[in-house]
Amino acid sequence: MGGDYTVVGSRARRLDGPEKVTGKAVYLDDMQFKGMLHGAILQSPHAHARIKSIDTSAAEALPGVKAVLTAGNVPDTKYGVSPARYDENILAIDRVRYVGDEVAAVAAVDLETAHQALELIKVEYEPLPFVLDIDQATAEGAPQLHQEYLGNLTAEVHQEFGEVARGFAESDLIRTDTFVNKRQDGGFIEPPRSVAVHDLSGNLTLYSSTQVPHYVQRTIAMLTGLSVGKVRVVKPYVGGGFGPKASASPCDILSSLLSMKTGRPVKIAMSREQVFLHCRARHQFKHVMKTGYTKDGIIKALEHTCYLEGGAYSSFGIATVYYAGSLLAAPYRLPHMKYDGYRVYTNKPACGAQRGHGGVAARACFEQQMDLVAEELGMDPIELRLKNIMETGDVSCNDLSMSSLGMKECLEAVQGGSDWNAKKGKLPPGKGIGMAAGFFVSGAGYPIYRSETFHCTVTIKVQEDGGTVLVKTAAAEIGQGSDTTMAMIAAEAIGIPLEAVRLVSGDTDYGIDLGAYSSRTTLMTGHATREAGEQVKEMILTALAGELGVERERLDIKDGVVEIKGEAVDFGPLRTKYLKEHRGWGGMPSGDKLTFTEAARMAYLKLGTIVGTGKYKPPVLGGKFKGAAVGTSPAYGCSAQVAEVTVDLETGQVTVDNITDAHDCGQAINLTSVEAQMEGSVSMGLGEAMFEEVKFDDQGRVLNPSLGEYHIPTVLDMPRMRCIVVESGEPNGPFGAKEVGEGAIMPTIPAILNAVHDATGVTITELPITPERVLMALKQKKRDE
Amino acid sequence: MDKMRIVLTVNGQDHELLAAPNRTLAQTLREDLELTGTKQGCEVGDCGSCTVLMDGEPVNSCLVLAVQASGKAITTIEGVAEGNQLHPVQDAMVEHGAVQCGFCTPGMVLSAVSLLDKVPDPGDGEIRQALSGNLCRCTGYQKIVEAVQDAASKMERS
Repeated sequence: MGGDYTVVGSRARRLDGPEKVTGKAVYLDDMQFKGMLHGAILQSPHAHARIKSIDTSAAEALPGVKAVLTAGNVPDTKYGVSPARYDENILAIDRVRYVGDEVAAVAAVDLETAHQALELIKVEYEPLPFVLDIDQATAEGAPQLHQEYLGNLTAEVHQEFGEVARGFAESDLIRTDTFVNKRQDGGFIEPPRSVAVHDLSGNLTLYSSTQVPHYVQRTIAMLTGLSVGKVRVVKPYVGGGFGPKASASPCDILSSLLSMKTGRPVKIAMSREQVFLHCRARHQFKHVMKTGYTKDGIIKALEHTCYLEGGAYSSFGIATVYYAGSLLAAPYRLPHMKYDGYRVYTNKPACGAQRGHGGVAARACFEQQMDLVAEELGMDPIELRLKNIMETGDVSCNDLSMSSLGMKECLEAVQGGSDWNAKKGKLPPGKGIGMAAGFFVSGAGYPIYRSETFHCTVTIKVQEDGGTVLVKTAAAEIGQGSDTTMAMIAAEAIGIPLEAVRLVSGDTDYGIDLGAYSSRTTLMTGHATREAGEQVKEMILTALAGELGVERERLDIKDGVVEIKGEAVDFGPLRTKYLKEHRGWGGMPSGDKLTFTEAARMAYLKLGTIVGTGKYKPPVLGGKFKGAAVGTSPAYGCSAQVAEVTVDLETGQVTVDNITDAHDCGQAINLTSVEAQMEGSVSMGLGEAMFEEVKFDDQGRVLNPSLGEYHIPTVLDMPRMRCIVVESGEPNGPFGAKEVGEGAIMPTIPAILNAVHDATGVTITELPITPERVLMALKQKKRDE
Repeated sequence: MDKMRIVLTVNGQDHELLAAPNRTLAQTLREDLELTGTKQGCEVGDCGSCTVLMDGEPVNSCLVLAVQASGKAITTIEGVAEGNQLHPVQDAMVEHGAVQCGFCTPGMVLSAVSLLDKVPDPGDGEIRQALSGNLCRCTGYQKIVEAVQDAASKMERS
């Protein structure tokens, strides 16, 4: 596809690139504040216990300690992510529910003193029985985590679309398969950190390494009692997020309260161990999928049950359990679907959202089963998928509307790109090739709290000199490249080169933006940016038309130059005026074209400062059933991947040799950044497939809370990746663009699993794909033969 | 603990400092010399974000005590570019889109610079080996490896 664009679709150098490669980019830990105190948090050593007493007197008496907080002197307001499940306290009230639950916080003149103070806080616990997995948590008579949510259920979902019984009656082949992943850690390299500054005017500025300044602002306002307008959240550069930084952290909340109490800036930083204890990352999912196909390979029905092991609090869990079901309704035509989902509380750190929210394990289960069906039917896996894929214009059984869907193009791209036909079924033992497809929202259709709020607002101010525009967005650049993307969209919308755009972002003072989650920024903030840019352009061209005495329709701006259609127009007086203002300056406009700079300067002289504003919220989306909102989006991305593996049949060691990856992003804004998201997605998926697993002992303590013991992919683990960008042209996206940040992770795990099956004949249904698991499966297969 | 007098040569400039024996080189660089380009992601030597060069060799500065670094030549990320002129590795990282969140980038750049100082024309395997101590969660490393290859060939030509 691709329109006739000047900036959009290019390979722009990122605006933040030079600062980041030289170490000049400022992250939270690099900020300094006069008189800053250091905060630290006391966390529970027990998985479940009653707090009998807390004595903070010795800590308070320690020289250098400025404040100590416990449940006794902070608000008892409950909070969380979804207002439907506010189940967290700022600090534990009477009870701790996991090893790591926050019990007390201190602020002191330095970190060493703060840590000493924590050791002086005496907490008397009465240990309680606890539950560490789904079976324990759902057993009869199990210890309960929350009195409000009995049965240890955060949420349960029961949905049926179409008539599943009829679908199975029409099926020739019915398979039931199970799948289990493991709790994954976000693994972002910068741990969450915050500095709160409460000033004498009663304003609170919170600097936070967050993905979601807006939601943090609201949570802090709700918990401190300050009005939202007095709470400003500023996000400096952030060292990755991937989901776990998409809600207010204890660092945010406790630094705010400590700063209000002490009147001084307070910094709280999580250690790497605390990152694992805070978690909010990928849940463990247990899927059971019963799926019916006709003998021709047409999918007729899916009956799906899923249990999520969620930890001690809801976090995003209520959305996660819905996503785990709803995202299976596409990209294949599935007329009948039943889903029963259960999100279960356990006495472990709370899980939340992580790249591919809710859908990654479900997709793995479904795509792995699809390959097993293909095998039973004697059909090529790509052929089977091509028979079932949706196309642009299709609507899923749960009312997800495919306004663009290049699924076919993605499948064919990886088929050709990997030389699939020459390899599938023709590789020697121990070598395998496998493929899978994926699908994801391009921005959540609704905010996390119920509201008719715009999802983003953007302001573009044309600098009065006329040569430069300043884009202000509250969007959260966390590494994905949204700053550059928005600058490119603004440049394209106005018709100026990227170099003429300055951009500031990540500050709640700049407007509303729901943040970096659900792969929403390119489409949503992009819309608002485009609208603001077009408004600016319109104002300038209308003023120019008046000045030159020509019809507005004859004027356009392209690449920084005013285009005048039809007969020549004398803009001499306008240029003379501009040159007179800049007597003695170099680099002045000359030649037979009027520049954007001159036009914009003239418009300012006529109208005053030129400011354009843009806003976006999706139209009303989705069906009327309970939970219909989760999974709705103004657009959907899709993807396909082929993995090639080598399996050592003696040791069970799997090596991923190659990945061929295609993703439909609608229209690449920055082609390099699209590939970068695809490659990053593969690495996170590969890590989860091959080795990532947060492990616990029998007391609920994390066994591997470090990046040494919890293995994320290193450069040596990553295969060569070939990325193919598919552009289907999304009518609901700015310049046709939609997501790439999360949909790209969906096929990775099942593609690898299917390749391992191709290489060995064994089916691995529990992650990670460790040598031990492969070897056991190989031995079992030998026994069965 | 009594502080000790140390001399650090950082990016070619000598600094006389008093350092507690338990103070790390990373803390000294970031807090005493305000060279905050050196990042800390784990503080126990796992992530490589705090990589600096000590006498040309990449080290995790969170695992080196400041007193151990006394008398050594330290290169931090602030010492890689010459004024506004990016080092070829830095330029290639920007050009190839090898930078996303950027938190691992300073360490990654220093590991690459150290490699190219010793091996002007490294193969894919050598590059990957040299960067294997630097964790990146954003990129999948491919664009980083491509950037280092590109920088190597540009430096060869110049």
